[in-house]
Amino acid sequence: MTSLDSGDTAWLLVCTALVLLMTPGLAFFYAGMVRAKNALAMLMQTYAAIGVVTVTWVLVGYSLAFADGNRVLGGLHFLGLANQDEPVPGFDLTVPPLLFSMFQLMFAVITVALIAGAVADRMRFGGFVAFAALWSVVVYAPLAHWAFSPDGFLFKAGVLDFAGGTVVEINSGASGLALALVVGKRMGWPREAMPPHSLPLTLLGAGLLWFGWFGFNAGSALHADGLAVNALVATHLSGVGGMLAWLVVERWRTGSATTLGAATGAVAGLVAITPACGFLQPLPALLLGAVAGVVCLYAVQVKFRFGYDDSLDVVGVHFVGGVVGLLFLGLFAAEAANPGVVREGLLLGGGLDLMGRQLLAVVVATAWAFGATYLLAKALDRVYPLRVAEEHEVVGLDQALHAESAYDLGGVRATGRFPA
Amino acid sequence: MKLVTAVVKPFKLDDVKSALESLGIQGMTVSEVQGFGRQRGHTEVYRGAEYTVDFVPKVRIEVLVDDADAARVVDVVVGAAQTGSIGDGKVWTTPVEDVVRVRTGERGPEAL
Repeated sequence: MTSLDSGDTAWLLVCTALVLLMTPGLAFFYAGMVRAKNALAMLMQTYAAIGVVTVTWVLVGYSLAFADGNRVLGGLHFLGLANQDEPVPGFDLTVPPLLFSMFQLMFAVITVALIAGAVADRMRFGGFVAFAALWSVVVYAPLAHWAFSPDGFLFKAGVLDFAGGTVVEINSGASGLALALVVGKRMGWPREAMPPHSLPLTLLGAGLLWFGWFGFNAGSALHADGLAVNALVATHLSGVGGMLAWLVVERWRTGSATTLGAATGAVAGLVAITPACGFLQPLPALLLGAVAGVVCLYAVQVKFRFGYDDSLDVVGVHFVGGVVGLLFLGLFAAEAANPGVVREGLLLGGGLDLMGRQLLAVVVATAWAFGATYLLAKALDRVYPLRVAEEHEVVGLDQALHAESAYDLGGVRATGRFPA
Repeated sequence: MKLVTAVVKPFKLDDVKSALESLGIQGMTVSEVQGFGRQRGHTEVYRGAEYTVDFVPKVRIEVLVDDADAARVVDVVVGAAQTGSIGDGKVWTTPVEDVVRVRTGERGPEAL
């Protein structure tokens, strides 16, 4: 076993905290976009993901993803975070394995939380919690094994996915679509307008996501070294590219540059760079962000044509952004950015070899996430309904499910303690 | 007695209030309201999807006045609230049967 490095350990401790912060950030990014009567329910689902997925990951998920097993599934050696004094198969870690398990936990948490956006405003709280618990083990852990563990078959196939274009982005997007199809559309969608209730919250959330993403991507280097720096620079440039490109195109299309456009474009750029940040040089990273910003702007319109209610555009931003990032590597992956790149992208003279592998990853991750999630959600819905009662949807989930209101602005309201 | 009700553009509230004060009006009630007349709403865009917002925010001002003052109060409100562009609002009067000042129990014009 390689010896521990205090610099690497300090960096990964910080990154674990940064990635944790992304989930509250996502909670506010989402909560601002829903209607005021459902703001708390949205915050609650994302925070609940931190609670539920931590337990399932510690008990089972981590072991299935990273313990010694075969190409398809890890083993049971790390159940309950046992045997953390032993190395993680395939990794040459310079940090305590227990820290690595927590860093990876935060990825599982936010991936589950991301799905909540596709089904906003209509899931029972208990239904979401049950789905989150099962999904994190049944769908997430296997895909994490395939792409993140050096024993997994996608990793062995030479797929480049630095920080989770498949495991986090395609996974949440395709699963969100499947769950949205099982749960159904919001009442009144798309006939009724359902505009965001607080864009300041959304922009605050986007800022926290951006901040945390440095830990997500640069932390995935697992060392405090030049590769981590490359990942951080690429991450920032792509976020900027996404934000600016979205604003330019929407200004041209609709006449206004919007704050929601700035937040969404930045997230689109950050999503796309997630698989790519450790393999791209700075300028291609900026270009990738811009491409993702434009492609995602058009992708979020698709739901109106096909009639699926992906409420907060998890498909249009995370699925599509993840695909753009993975395929962009087939063009621009550079040995100059990462000496570990054995097959360079098409435009750097590497031919179509890498592009084929990236395409394989996209197809496998999409098929698995969509198919497995659809079956899981259908089965769960039979024994434990996922959708709220109609009257609860009308009143709003905050009052109906959580017995609270997000906003009390001191208006006329007869209040008293009950029982008096 | 008459109740003068005005629905005007929100940014004109201060002008109307000053004009009424200079007439010696002792009080008024103001509320934020929404609606539409010939001026319709506006359009908002979220992630490229356009929404129409049909109701426009307005301010409603209510003033109780003596019969003799009603016409002058209406003219003053109209003068203060007018911009000449669409959406300036409306002013109307309605007859009032009785008014009581809660603190003293005075009734009728005494209570204004």
